[in-house]
Amino acid sequence: MAKQLIKGNEAVVYGALLGGATHFFGYPITPASEIAHAAAEYFVSTGRCFLQAEDEVNAINMLYGAASAGGRVMTASSGPGIALMSEGLSYLAGAELPAVVVDVQRAGPGLGNIWPEQADYNMVVKGGGHGNYRNIVLAPFSAQEMCDFAYRAFELAERYRMTVFILADAYIGQIMEAVEVPTKVHHSPRKEWALYADRESRHNLITSILMNTELLYHHNKKLQEKYAKVERELVEWEEYDTEDADFLFVAYGISARISLSVVRELRRLNQKAGLLRPKTLYPFPSARIAELSRQVRQIAVVELSNGQMAADVELAARRSVLKYNWMGGKVPSIQEVLELAKEDMKQTTTVRG
Amino acid sequence: MVKHAKPKTFYDTFERRGPGEKNTTYCPGCGHGNAHKLIAEVIAELGIQDRVIFCSPVGCSVFAYYYFDTGNVQCSHGRAPAVATGLSRARDNAIVISYQGDGDLAGIGMGAIMHAANRGEHMAVFFINNAIYGMTGGQMAPTTLIGQKTTTTPFGRSPGREGFPIRMCELINELQAPVYIERVSLGDAARIMRAKRAVKQALLNQVNKKGFSFVELLSPCPINWKMTPIEARKWLIDTMEPLFPVKVFRNIEEPPVKYEPPKVLSDAELVNHFAATTEIEIPVSPREVEDQYIKIAGFGGQGVMSAGVFLANCAIKEGFNATWLPSYGPEMRGGTANASVIISNNQIGTPLVSSPNVLIAMNAPSLDTFEETVVSSGLVIVNSSLVSRKLRREDVRAIYAPVTEIAKDVGLIAAASVVALTLYACISGAVQIETIKKVIPLSLKKKALVDVNLKAVEAAVEYYQKNIKEAYSYTSVK
Ligand SMILES: Cc1ncc(C[n+]2csc(CCOP(=O)(O)OP(=O)(O)O)c2C)c(N)n1
Ligand code: SF4
Ligand SMILES: [Mg+2]
Repeated sequence: MAKQLIKGNEAVVYGALLGGATHFFGYPITPASEIAHAAAEYFVSTGRCFLQAEDEVNAINMLYGAASAGGRVMTASSGPGIALMSEGLSYLAGAELPAVVVDVQRAGPGLGNIWPEQADYNMVVKGGGHGNYRNIVLAPFSAQEMCDFAYRAFELAERYRMTVFILADAYIGQIMEAVEVPTKVHHSPRKEWALYADRESRHNLITSILMNTELLYHHNKKLQEKYAKVERELVEWEEYDTEDADFLFVAYGISARISLSVVRELRRLNQKAGLLRPKTLYPFPSARIAELSRQVRQIAVVELSNGQMAADVELAARRSVLKYNWMGGKVPSIQEVLELAKEDMKQTTTVRG
Repeated sequence: MVKHAKPKTFYDTFERRGPGEKNTTYCPGCGHGNAHKLIAEVIAELGIQDRVIFCSPVGCSVFAYYYFDTGNVQCSHGRAPAVATGLSRARDNAIVISYQGDGDLAGIGMGAIMHAANRGEHMAVFFINNAIYGMTGGQMAPTTLIGQKTTTTPFGRSPGREGFPIRMCELINELQAPVYIERVSLGDAARIMRAKRAVKQALLNQVNKKGFSFVELLSPCPINWKMTPIEARKWLIDTMEPLFPVKVFRNIEEPPVKYEPPKVLSDAELVNHFAATTEIEIPVSPREVEDQYIKIAGFGGQGVMSAGVFLANCAIKEGFNATWLPSYGPEMRGGTANASVIISNNQIGTPLVSSPNVLIAMNAPSLDTFEETVVSSGLVIVNSSLVSRKLRREDVRAIYAPVTEIAKDVGLIAAASVVALTLYACISGAVQIETIKKVIPLSLKKKALVDVNLKAVEAAVEYYQKNIKEAYSYTSVK
């Protein structure tokens, strides 16, 4: 199949529609608006539903409604909009509805600006809204993965009855690359819990309210068991040059692309550097990081945040890691990361601010 | 009509509430009970029980699903109209009900209801106005009357502090899309009969796909009004009705928008929709090319962004890996637009080009901005039509070519970036001229534009052969 040059923000819509998406509800925000533009064009021209909601709060509740009716639903936004969706995301989790949310991260806090950052990590990976719930979080690092992850996300969302996040950043949204678009269309099977406005589904109830502590306790426990299953079944990552590495980079999204370039550069300089990039941020490849932690001398987490993922890497590695943090929209060049790494490789200790 | 028996739309026993449960959660004299019963009866009469999806709000009626033997969705506070929007847009055959209190609909959910109404969503909204937050302990609602004492207006609602009661039917009546708006009262038996006709009209409108229908029911809350059920009904009639006039605000025969289901593409059509555009014969000649880190920069109208896309397109058509990234955020400076393009035989790491080995500078500010970033022995193509100065660096290879003039000569100044790309292709050999010629018709829709751009390519090749070839022939191809 021929490859096409497609922007990440457009590829995600291609993947979604071929993955069986039926509904897109969203509210514009840079740098995610292009997804809404592409969805407005392609959902409508293919006979699916696109609707610009009045705000993100209602957008996520439209997802809630269409998901209740068995639809394959999605939205796309960025930090401020995802924050507004928090209550709805918690309701989706409570009612165990499948949904797909793309977060093209921008720089914060507050209005911040439209530049790339990866500072929604805690909000998205840890849950964001109220209650004991999780989202499955996929971390694309190319336009191809924007397409592929969207293509898979709906099936995953339905399998576990969870929200699947595609956690991208402004650069992964903007990048144009060769993308191989899937050639088979997925469809949502009829779900025994959903509402189809017919006799068979009439007794179904979508709710997140439970009326005594015993029931709510068991509901919570059931959710935790489901999340444990997700952790067993779904964790994905990719490694570059780790076999003999003694300096390990951990990074996702655009930071992983940068780190990959840095690893190549270090290898050229005969330094044993490697990269692990999580493809799923929840579940997190903790076990593999723990393993590599025993092998490597140092671990550096490259992130466009104040070290939000680094905290999870430290937890997995059971040691402090080097934190190469950039914030406020600043994105490092290969050279900048290279200099930090070269400097740290000279040190014997592994701790750095 | 069944008068005192339980309508068959209600469950016989409320198992969702508890095993064998027969009682409702509503206080004696509460309007919710009346409203539920009317809706249940009408659903039975219209024979639409299987098709109904009932959205219950957060409020005293959060448990509507205990009673209604229909599809049920429990919504977050104020968002039932958004949830109902999702439902009705997912199920053409559904009869969607959004049942909401005054805090839910006119307070936290004001945005949701106004926009659902304005879009003319296919739903029947039953709005229970009891001038109070019932569930949470009798706080002020947007509909609370002036002087009315609530737990958050212990001295009575004061317009200077809390504003005036909001009249929802009147507000919604300002919008174009709704087909039916009526306010009814649950104050006495006659009024309840009238209310039932309204409920029926709203649901019939859904059966007939007419559109957004809104029924406000003035409804007693004896508990929080601190009255007996009889006093409450009297207060409702004497005090609430004058402020909230009971009447039909709108009942349109012909809906302003006709419902039309979308034409859904088949799988084959869908795949086709996203398949690569018509294939072109490009001999994929897998050659070893030194990684090309290209920065192409110019002012807004020079088409440097699309030139970058075009170049990346040529590269992937030849079987290379390629990335394109626009100037974005921190890179946007000095009035120049620029794109980063990388062409490589290998998987590409960062798509950001901060140290290019190729700079195509279409105007002076671009050269000023990026000259220093070019790696030693890199290639710099300068548009000498617009840049009068020479490079300050001596460790890079500079080509000065009047690309704007060359483009002007073929009749299209906007083709300047194509001229520059063609020169770059000639010099570097990273992409082939044949490829450029084949990709141009794929990238441009207008035949006339294709022709001029092809001419620009020819002119650039000619310029290259006459003026550049000697010095820089395919220098970077290994
Ligand atoms: C986001 C959120 N804020 C506040 C609440 C608490 N709350 C529950 S019901 C309610 C008011 C309900 O009043 P109304 O809509 O008038 O319904 P009624 O009980 O009077 O029928 C409030 C404030 C909530 N559940 N969710
Ligand atoms: S508190 Fe008021 S609205 Fe709620 S059930 Fe009792 S009477 Fe009805
Ligand atoms: Mg109320």
